[in-house]
Amino acid sequence: MRSVLYLLIGVFFGITMFKSEAASWFRIYEMFRFDAFHMYGIIGTAVGLGVLIVWAIKKFNIRSFYGEAIVFPPKDKSIPRYAIGGLIFGLGWALAGACPGPIFTLAGAGFLPILVVFLGAMLGTFLYGLLREKLPH
Amino acid sequence: MDWIYEPWPWYVSGAAIALVMLLLILAGKNFGMSSNLRTLCTMCGADRSAALFRFDWASQKWNLLVVVGAVIGGFIAANFMTPDAAVAIHPDTVARLQSLGFDSAGAAYLPDELFSVEQFTNPKSMVLLALGGLLVGFGARYAGGCTSGHAISGLSNLQWPSLVAVLGFFAGGMIMIYFLYPIIF
Repeated sequence: MRSVLYLLIGVFFGITMFKSEAASWFRIYEMFRFDAFHMYGIIGTAVGLGVLIVWAIKKFNIRSFYGEAIVFPPKDKSIPRYAIGGLIFGLGWALAGACPGPIFTLAGAGFLPILVVFLGAMLGTFLYGLLREKLPH
Repeated sequence: MDWIYEPWPWYVSGAAIALVMLLLILAGKNFGMSSNLRTLCTMCGADRSAALFRFDWASQKWNLLVVVGAVIGGFIAANFMTPDAAVAIHPDTVARLQSLGFDSAGAAYLPDELFSVEQFTNPKSMVLLALGGLLVGFGARYAGGCTSGHAISGLSNLQWPSLVAVLGFFAGGMIMIYFLYPIIF
C-alpha cells in the first residue's frame, strides 16, 4: 500500500515537472537570464507554501499518516560545502538545463540524450564519494 | 478541462510542488531527489569503493519508487497531456539563444541542438551533456542536496545552509550562462 502511495506521489511530481516547464532547458536558461518571472513564481510559491506547511506541522505537532512523529533534521552548519557544492551544481544545472528530478521526468518523456546527463550525474556522485575526505566541508 | 493541456501557470506549478513535499512529509519521508543518485551508485556496487555509499540502500526504496513515478509522470505528461510542447520563453531569450545557434528556441520543449536523437553522433553535445550531468551529480552530493532538498525543503524549514546552497546554485548558473556559454556555443 505504502509503495503505491510513493509511486503515485512520483507520478504527480513527474507530471508537475513537465507541465510546469521546470523540466525545460529553455526555462532554466531564461531564469538565469532573469528574462521572465515564471521559474521565480514556481519556486517562490512552493517555498512560501512550504514555509507555512513546515510551520503548521511543527506548531500543531501533526503526525505522519502512520502515526509517527515528524522530524525535520537540521542541515549541518557550515559554509564551504554549501557554497562550493552549490556553485558546482549551478554550473551543471545551467549547462544540462535539468536538475535531478527533471532528469528522470525527461527520460520518461522520451528525450533519450538525457540518459547521458543521468550517467554523468551518477559518475559525478561516485567521484564525490571517492574525493569526499579530501574536500573542504 | 482544456487547461490541463496548456502549460501550467507558475502558481499552480508551485502549489503542486508544495503538495508533493507535504505528502512526502506526511508519509514520514522527505522531498529530495539527488539522494537517489547515491542510492543507485550503492546498488551498482560503489559501496566497495567509498564510505559514502556504505548504507542500507533498502531504506531508500521508497524514494526510488518516487523516481519510477517521476519517469511515468514524464511519459504521461509528454504523451497525453501536451499537444504542443513548445515552451513560450521570452522573445529576448529566444533572440539570445538563436544568436548562440539554438534555432529551436521558442519552438521546442528542449533544444534540438542538445537533445535530439541525432546528438548521439555529435561528440560536442555528448561531452556537454555528460559534463553537465557530472557537475550536477558532484555538486548536489557535495552540497548535500539539489533544488528539491535545498531550495524547496531546506528553505521551507528556514535552514540558512540551504540558502547558502541556493545562492551557490545561482552563482554557478550565472557564471555558466554569462561567461561560459559565449565560449562553449
